[in-house]
Amino acid sequence: MDGLNIPLNHILLLSSLLFCIGMLGLMIRRNIIFILMSLEVMLNAAALAFVAAGAYWGQPDGQVVFLLILSVAAAEVAVGLGLVLQVQRRFKSLDMDSANRMRG
Amino acid sequence: MLEIIFFYLAATIALIATALAMTRANAIHALIYLIVSLLAVAVIFFLIGAPFAAALEVVIYAGAIMVLFVFVIMMLNLGKEGDARERQWMQPRIWAGPVLLSLVLFAELLYMIANIEGSLPHPAVTAKEVGLSLFGPYVLAVEIAAMLLLAGLVGSYHLGRRYLERGE
Repeated sequence: MDGLNIPLNHILLLSSLLFCIGMLGLMIRRNIIFILMSLEVMLNAAALAFVAAGAYWGQPDGQVVFLLILSVAAAEVAVGLGLVLQVQRRFKSLDMDSANRMRG
Repeated sequence: MLEIIFFYLAATIALIATALAMTRANAIHALIYLIVSLLAVAVIFFLIGAPFAAALEVVIYAGAIMVLFVFVIMMLNLGKEGDARERQWMQPRIWAGPVLLSLVLFAELLYMIANIEGSLPHPAVTAKEVGLSLFGPYVLAVEIAAMLLLAGLVGSYHLGRRYLERGE
């Protein structure tokens, strides 16, 4: 029966792959919207690792942490998209590099 | 046996959709690929025995958060010139460094994961257990999450209000 179940390290492998793709996206994009999307992907990958660990030990703690990550992601996106609107209004561009000064 | 096949199928879809989402020039196309990826991760949550997390992934991640993205992209109204500028920003020569760094991180993670053994047990962790845990030992964490969401609400209202007042 043990061979028929999903191996834990494959789920962790998927989670780390998703995290690395998210980090790659974070570094290669200059558009703020895509940077926020990459952050979402990275948070989601971390959440996948937590839920997999929780399922492995049969404990609800993993899903509790998933709920916390979810609220962090929601708050981060709400503030981040407000900042996107501000940057677009002020610099007429979504280029992250245009907002590289403290008092631009 | 069937759920193993479903797991690898969903994992492949999640990886491909995420990779496509990160490399699209059009923001809406990227967003739709991202939604596909999140739905695939929700399927994986369901398969590994976390139905509550799967439901939340669909409702909040693929639903609420992505709708926020859609609203903002529609407000910005980027259009065709936005796509062209995005393609111009994604030159092949800027890829080398980020790809190298990501590969190094992935190699490290792979090295740490390689020794992990064992597979997931069959019985699912039900929503009832999660709820009992949330309002039992983790009640302080729920309060902190509530404060965080309130801070997010106030912050985004503040940022968005000034955008609306001064117009365009």
